[in-house]
Amino acid sequence: PIGTKLLSPYKSKSLLLSLLPSTTSAFNSSMESVFANVAKAPEDPILGVTIAYNKDTSPVKLNLGVGAYRTEEGKPLVLNVVRKAEQKLVNDPSRVKEYLPILGVADFNKLTAKLILGADSPAILENRIATAQCLSGTGSLRVGTEFLARHYHQRTIYIPQPTWGNHPKVFTLGGLNVKSYRYYDPATRGLDLQGLLEDLNAADSGAIVLLHACAHNPTGVDPTREQWEQIRQLIRSKALLPFFDSAYQGFASGSLDEDAQSVRMFVADGGECFIAQSYAKNMGLYGERVGALSIVCKTADVASKVESQLKLVVRPMYSSPPIHGASIVASILKDKYVFFFFLVCS
Amino acid sequence: MESVFANVAKAPEDPILGVTIAYNKDTSPVKLNLGVGAYRTEEGKPLVLNVVRKAEQKLVNDPSRVKEYLPILGVADFNKLTAKLILGADSPAILENRIATAQCLSGTGSLRRTIYIPQPTWGNHPKVFTLGGLNVKSYRYYDPATRGLDLQGLLEDLNAADSGAIVLLHACAHNPTGVDPTREQWEQIRQLIRSKALLPFFDSAYQGFASGSLDEDAQSVRMFVADGGECFIAQSYAKNMGLYGERVGALSIVCKTADVASKVESQLKLVVRPMYSSPPIHGASIVASILKDKYVFFPCLFIICQLKLLSQMSRDITRTGSA
Repeated sequence: PIGTKLLSPYKSKSLLLSLLPSTTSAFNSSMESVFANVAKAPEDPILGVTIAYNKDTSPVKLNLGVGAYRTEEGKPLVLNVVRKAEQKLVNDPSRVKEYLPILGVADFNKLTAKLILGADSPAILENRIATAQCLSGTGSLRVGTEFLARHYHQRTIYIPQPTWGNHPKVFTLGGLNVKSYRYYDPATRGLDLQGLLEDLNAADSGAIVLLHACAHNPTGVDPTREQWEQIRQLIRSKALLPFFDSAYQGFASGSLDEDAQSVRMFVADGGECFIAQSYAKNMGLYGERVGALSIVCKTADVASKVESQLKLVVRPMYSSPPIHGASIVASILKDKYVFFFFLVCS
Repeated sequence: MESVFANVAKAPEDPILGVTIAYNKDTSPVKLNLGVGAYRTEEGKPLVLNVVRKAEQKLVNDPSRVKEYLPILGVADFNKLTAKLILGADSPAILENRIATAQCLSGTGSLRRTIYIPQPTWGNHPKVFTLGGLNVKSYRYYDPATRGLDLQGLLEDLNAADSGAIVLLHACAHNPTGVDPTREQWEQIRQLIRSKALLPFFDSAYQGFASGSLDEDAQSVRMFVADGGECFIAQSYAKNMGLYGERVGALSIVCKTADVASKVESQLKLVVRPMYSSPPIHGASIVASILKDKYVFFPCLFIICQLKLLSQMSRDITRTGSA
């Protein structure tokens, strides 16, 4: 109907009309959708559990799907330190909502690297880390993957069997090929160290290896300090590139520093690695999407170049990260008294 | 052993955001940053709208609010209200449930075969599309001789496009020229696009800024939806709600039928989940609470008018090169 109506009043009307179709062949509004052949995708296996949970009418239902903390009453929890920090920020009339730099809040990035590596880490003191504030753990993994797919000579990443359900798609859609290494031994309900070492030993030199920093998801099984040392030696001897996923720092042992030991061992040997950190769980900031990707490099010069290239990954993806959650984290980590309170109460 | 990234080159600063970096370094007392599209008051300061501050404080001071993961496609209310904002509450597409909407990270996060982009366009557009997997071509748009629209060139170029190609259209307040088609010109463009079965992809980052009216500025999009056809719409609240750093926006895909919209929505989740799992809650909650509340929304509209007047002045300065 609309195709029959309006005509241009412009001087070059005849030329323009010659470019247009005749009104009788104008847009056929009964044409099929260009997406008619798009298939209905199944619900996400993990998040689909929450959808099913919400629909379920049972009075004794318990959602063990998504990794979100629940109180004894089954309610979500916002930590007091977080609430207070947030209220302080939001009630401050001088705060604004300007675009962040592409790589996010600078303070947040520094504090986040310190949290996983320790303030005295040589990598930090020598300025060898490129850090980008990202959208929680998933966003950090994806940005790191896209960077690797563009700038690293090897396109294969080895992931543990089993691993978080979303890992394979993050890596494949980010441009890497996914293989796996043995990890969990159902017979012992423990680590299959021999299988792990065999599989990584058979990996191509330079391949990327995904390592859960602590509280392996979904098994909860972590290598001991000694086992981590064996893994580290093998990885370094084969020049494999470690990519740590740290979503549970503080949850495995109760100590933030203790849980960071695996990562710190790899950084202490002077080698390179990727670290994806999330504050979704340990600060209860799930929906705010707060995390960071750190790339630990051999030299400050390389870190600077890597940082500049990280911006080229982020800018066309979402320009810059969200300000709110990272500001909360930065204000907590900055303040020794607040941070201590956080440690004690978490 | 050498770094595995020893051969990585240093990338140049982003051309637009690099202006801000240069501005910050500059010591001149009369400097003015005309690079990034962020509003400044008469005193040159950033502004947070009162309605936004109040909505935010109300949210944050509410002890019952939590920070749980959002669904993959974001805040449901926010998505519905955002689609209504651009299409009008009485849009057939809305009433017939034919829209799949995803809360995304502002305009950039909503955008990612061949897409035709106007010459010129926002500096970040080409990379968004190429890195998202499309081939980028361009169509004539701005005529420097008249400082207006090169309609003839536009129609010729789109007429020569492959059937089914995607066409990027700035919904209003074309960035960077400020030149928009008139209502009649939009109608010609619409007819051509529909006759060639091109797929329109609207970038709406300035709704309210072009004319001062949110509805008026949405007319281009509404014309395309009114003809029953399909289109993509990327919306941003960075500018019209001053929520820049909160990264609030949405992608809406208007489909032929509710059934297709439902399938498209399920596939959208597969795009988002391995990218960042789900969007950030804060900014979208602020927007939803404002749009939901008529009494809060009206003052917001008035302020948008004011913002429009002031940014029009700024755009004129940029275009004509004079203060």
